Amino acid sequence: MEKRLRVNPVACAGHGACAELLPELISLDEWGYPIVADQPVPHGLRREARRAVGNCPALALSLARVA
Amino acid sequence: MTGITHTTALWYASRATGVVTMLLLTAVLLLGILVNRQGRLPGLPAFAVTGLHRNVSLLAVAFLAIHVITAIVDPYVTIGLAAAVLPFISGYKPFWLGLGAISLDLIAALIVTSLARARMSRRAWRGIHWLAYAAWPLAVVHSIGSSSDGRGGLVLGVLVGCVLAVAAALAWRLSRAAREIPRAGRAAAALSHMSARKADLS
Amino acid sequence: MTDSLTLPPPALAPRVPGPAGLPRLLPATGTVPVDLRAHLARHGSLRYAGAPGRLAAEAAAAGLTGRGGAAFPVARKLAAAAEARPAPLVAGNGAEGEPASSKDRSLLWISPHLVLDGLQLAAEAAGSGTAVLYVQRNQRLNSQLAQAIAERAAAGIDAVRVDLVPAPDRFLAGEESALVSRLTGKPARPAYRPVRGLPRLAPGQAALVQNVETLAHLALIARYGAAWFRLAGTQAEPGSMLVTLHLADGRTSVTEVPLGIGLADLLGLDTVATGPGGDIVPSAGGPVRAVLVGGYHGAWLPAAEAARLPLANAALRPLGAAVGAGVVAALPADRCGLAETARVARYLALESAGQCGPCFNGLPRIAAALDHLAGPRPDQRARADLERWAGLVTGRGACHHPDGSVRFIRSALRVFAVEAGLHERGRCTGTDPRPFLPLPAGRPASDADWS
Repeated sequence: MEKRLRVNPVACAGHGACAELLPELISLDEWGYPIVADQPVPHGLRREARRAVGNCPALALSLARVA
Repeated sequence: MTGITHTTALWYASRATGVVTMLLLTAVLLLGILVNRQGRLPGLPAFAVTGLHRNVSLLAVAFLAIHVITAIVDPYVTIGLAAAVLPFISGYKPFWLGLGAISLDLIAALIVTSLARARMSRRAWRGIHWLAYAAWPLAVVHSIGSSSDGRGGLVLGVLVGCVLAVAAALAWRLSRAAREIPRAGRAAAALSHMSARKADLS
Repeated sequence: MTDSLTLPPPALAPRVPGPAGLPRLLPATGTVPVDLRAHLARHGSLRYAGAPGRLAAEAAAAGLTGRGGAAFPVARKLAAAAEARPAPLVAGNGAEGEPASSKDRSLLWISPHLVLDGLQLAAEAAGSGTAVLYVQRNQRLNSQLAQAIAERAAAGIDAVRVDLVPAPDRFLAGEESALVSRLTGKPARPAYRPVRGLPRLAPGQAALVQNVETLAHLALIARYGAAWFRLAGTQAEPGSMLVTLHLADGRTSVTEVPLGIGLADLLGLDTVATGPGGDIVPSAGGPVRAVLVGGYHGAWLPAAEAARLPLANAALRPLGAAVGAGVVAALPADRCGLAETARVARYLALESAGQCGPCFNGLPRIAAALDHLAGPRPDQRARADLERWAGLVTGRGACHHPDGSVRFIRSALRVFAVEAGLHERGRCTGTDPRPFLPLPAGRPASDADWS
């Protein structure tokens, strides 16, 4: 079952904690907002991805189940 | 009660862990204000602020648990288990302890909702999280009223320090919020920023 | 908010072969509102579907797609609404935030009863008990609509109560989730919608949103049937559509045309007189350099190319354009296309809802770079910056405002590439500095401007 990272762009305030915790999949644009890689989260990074989701102060990052 | 000298280890443990809990709760509140305004701790990454806020809150809960349990188990004062969560029913200083019970209830709500964040709406989680601004002052007042030497000495000194720190942090938060550009003006602000830069270049 | 209601006069339908029965939504000429009596005399009484699913089936057979810009199949929305429990709220979207479009307010002013008929039909199909008409705060239009609603209530025509909800005068006010936001009492800002489907008013309460022109077509399909609807238009894109035309001489009109009609016919472009390889096409309103199709989230096309194209998504989409909400504008040859686009880009940037970082940071920077490129001897870094920012904003907002704006701006850089080259050498083909494309005055400053 594939999981993908999703950013709620309205909730996102550009804290940047997600990119620090998951640099393999998330980078920041020149204004501090996350650019999420358009690929499923590999199993090896699932734990880090969940940590990044939990650490987002704006609750903007989520892991979505994708068919 | 003031005429009796409490010499049990449990009594000292409860008071000591109470003070530590108060310090930790203050730290959690300060860190929470920092997270909200995207402030940083010098030399630490952004996730450290959010991570510390969560981890220190769990540490505070641990000390709070010891503080409550030692007080209940202590035979010299009549505080039942129920009095820890239901306000104003303890035998010993019911009013001041009751405030502590309310604070504990609010803290429990904060912790539970934060652990279950992913399962609730953002709006609901934020609404409940605002209760932190009720839980902390209740803990302060509980501390002052419950400790027999709270009117003077080290404990009072610590509490004053906590209150001053939170007051300063709140003032900082409000001043930052006042300078924040509302949504309707953000694009315009970016546009005038670009015009200003262009004027500098030409 | 302006109280005056300036409507462009509906033009006679351009030369259309066969008994397509145009115009359908508007009377033959004039801007005089059609009152209830005249409406009933022309079309007969409202024909309710009578059973769930019937309207959706008829709409599917007719191939009716939304006339608000997205061209979404109406039958699918109606079917989804019929299945939703509890019954969704039905909303007619008359916000028309696109400054270059006047078709929706023209339709609401002239033929309100067609729209109101369609609203009742949609409510019946969805099984809802209330309906809402979302319209900008124009006093005359609103009192006219209120009167029409009261007239129908008195005559006992309407099964469902209709409430008028004011839309703010913002470009994004008509965006589906912005409308839904406004219906819940919040400002009309788009919302993040990770799940496709009917928009949610509240947990467990959906909304069926249709453009007012779409509702008007539904009202006629219910009376005359799907086969009649298909008498106009193409096989893939059947029916007629209201378009707002901006001719090269500055005249604006609203007219009802069959989908698939040639852009040359719409704008009176004289393809015969254009020399080979020429890029200026003469027209009834004067020489035309380029044509904007689809409004400010649409795309520019070179005039010669546009003259060979029909108003149909099948032909326009491969070229990066779309029918959109039916705005077709001819840019006069004496205007600078880059300058016009820069003006609009600035407007689009300022109309950002200010919610998503990439949008409220990126669009203003893109607008500033385009402004620079529209001036004399621009620094070529501006072009590279613009491209970088365009890539950064696409797909990273909650709504399609950044995407649509970038599509419009990129089309300008393609179509006016020669112009850009001239600007680099300090020249410009534009001899008339007056603005051509319509833009409202003023800009949003606070939450109140979004409410």
